[in-house]
Amino acid sequence: MKPTLTVWLKEVRENLRDKRTVFSALIYGPLLGPVMFVVIMNAIVGHQMKKAEGPLKVPVIGAEHAPNLVGALKQWGLVPLPPVADPDKAVRDRDADVVMRIPAGYAKAWSKGEPAQVEVIFDASQQNSGTPTKRLERMLKRYSSEQGTLRLLARGLSPSIAAPLVVSERDQSTPQSRAGMALSFLPYFFVIAVYIGGMYLAIDLTAGERERQSLEPLFANPVARWRILAGKLGAICSFSLASLVLTAVGFSVAGHLMPAEKLGMVFDLGPGFIIDAILLELPLIAFFAVLETLVAAFAKSYREAQTYLGLLMIIPIIPSMMMGFLPVKPAHWMYAVPLLGQQIGISDLLRGNPVSAGDIGIALVCGFALAFVIGVGTAFVYRSERLAISA
Amino acid sequence: MIEVKDLHKAFGKVKAVDGVTFTARDGEITGLLGPNGAGKTTTLRMLYTLMKPASGKVLVDGIDAAVDPIAVRRRLGVLPDARGLYKRLTARENIEYFARLHGIETQTMHQRREKLVDALEMRDILDRRTEGFSQGQRVKTAIARALVHDPKNVILDEPTNGLDVMATRGLRTFMRNLKAEGRCVLFSSHIMQEVAMLCDRIVVIAAGRVVADESPDALRAQTGEANLEDAFVKLIGSEEGLAA
Repeated sequence: MKPTLTVWLKEVRENLRDKRTVFSALIYGPLLGPVMFVVIMNAIVGHQMKKAEGPLKVPVIGAEHAPNLVGALKQWGLVPLPPVADPDKAVRDRDADVVMRIPAGYAKAWSKGEPAQVEVIFDASQQNSGTPTKRLERMLKRYSSEQGTLRLLARGLSPSIAAPLVVSERDQSTPQSRAGMALSFLPYFFVIAVYIGGMYLAIDLTAGERERQSLEPLFANPVARWRILAGKLGAICSFSLASLVLTAVGFSVAGHLMPAEKLGMVFDLGPGFIIDAILLELPLIAFFAVLETLVAAFAKSYREAQTYLGLLMIIPIIPSMMMGFLPVKPAHWMYAVPLLGQQIGISDLLRGNPVSAGDIGIALVCGFALAFVIGVGTAFVYRSERLAISA
Repeated sequence: MIEVKDLHKAFGKVKAVDGVTFTARDGEITGLLGPNGAGKTTTLRMLYTLMKPASGKVLVDGIDAAVDPIAVRRRLGVLPDARGLYKRLTARENIEYFARLHGIETQTMHQRREKLVDALEMRDILDRRTEGFSQGQRVKTAIARALVHDPKNVILDEPTNGLDVMATRGLRTFMRNLKAEGRCVLFSSHIMQEVAMLCDRIVVIAAGRVVADESPDALRAQTGEANLEDAFVKLIGSEEGLAA
């Protein structure tokens, strides 16, 4: 055990002196997610709030044809802007989110009691147009239904005749489950933190040592190669664990910096969440450490290993993408699949559903078992003559 | 003592080592002399168990390298062709890392390190990071690192390669001291004068085979050349003639 510990401590010490490794493993990797989370979410929320609650500024063409309508809309928050010459172009060019046009025939149709037309011009492919358009349509519907009710009453009829169906929506989402949806990208950042946290060490400790020709003198020591490998894996795991913990703490802090109430959400990223999430991710630390070392052992140089491991980064992305494009119902067996189990488990934690000890246990056992199998393969590659020869 | 018996090793079709046999005795300096590409480094790599011979035997103090490679490595101090220092560690940390891998107690480690630092005259660089070391400073550090466990047998692969005159002279004195301490010193070189000056025994290797295994005087007598360089050329030349 002692030589393993010696290798472990030396690798940690040596790599703490490497600015590139420290930056990527302990700063860039773990903090990228939380910082992006806070900045982007705040920006989006601020923007949407402004659109949803601020005065709704809409160019109105032909306002003179329907002064009553425009007056009502004004009361509900519409600020009519002067008409634009070419509404289609204005919307396409994003000079306006939405434009309302009241045709000349409006007043005539209205006084006859026929359906009077109002045009709402927008471009659904523009992200900005969604909320204002919906607000405008909601106002118009309200006006229409109020006027309809008045007309029915004027004819002595009950307004309920025109409303045979009443839809009552009962949303079962909770503030926390809505937060879980908003944070659906978060499991991905956890996995990436683990992957990047260990990556530069994995490269440096195998391909890098080989390139610097220090593997040959190292292997001349009376220590079995698997012990040396174990020490190196220990160092890699230490760095990716540190990266993971920093990420978890980073998101926990970020949760407090979010305009959660404005969103009707609750971000519960407290210590309970952190501990469960780290526990779930533990097997991935070992899994990526052996996988990255195995791949790096096939590379002749630092750069080559960097290329391979860059390409390999697609692996941790797969479950997140899968869940994004084809949402599936989580099942217990999924915890047995490394990466998928972590994705589902952390999503559940975010939604406020506790993950059972059994499921965590399955994820731990299966993850570590897979890591062990790959580890044996890596030890086998480490024994090869080829590995030590640098030139 | 290092005994090598009929070693063979091929890389693909190239027979790098093709039946090498020799013995390096305690209290002697044995030189492995040969032109570049003769198979010196490959032979040494099989001695310190980095490579497995296709056939043949390596015995270090009577221990078979194929049976107990770790015990063999424990008895060897090795300066490989690849010096490979850890550049983000200081010379001291480099030395202490290998001492710990040998499982040496802290106090013993400090004593041995101090002794080597004095013998190699490297006190001034001890606490500098090895990045930016000169070739000579690198070799000194690598040798101290290789000998910190006080091995009975010392293998040095081209130790004077790239060193200036002063550093080379210092290294020669150091090697003579190792011999005086009763150690078995085996080193490879392609420089005849150096081998002639230092060695009690010269093993000449060409094209993966031993073409002579004699004392310097006997070598001169065998080839009939008074000058060792001529003797060397004659040996290599005749070997190439045989191969053709």
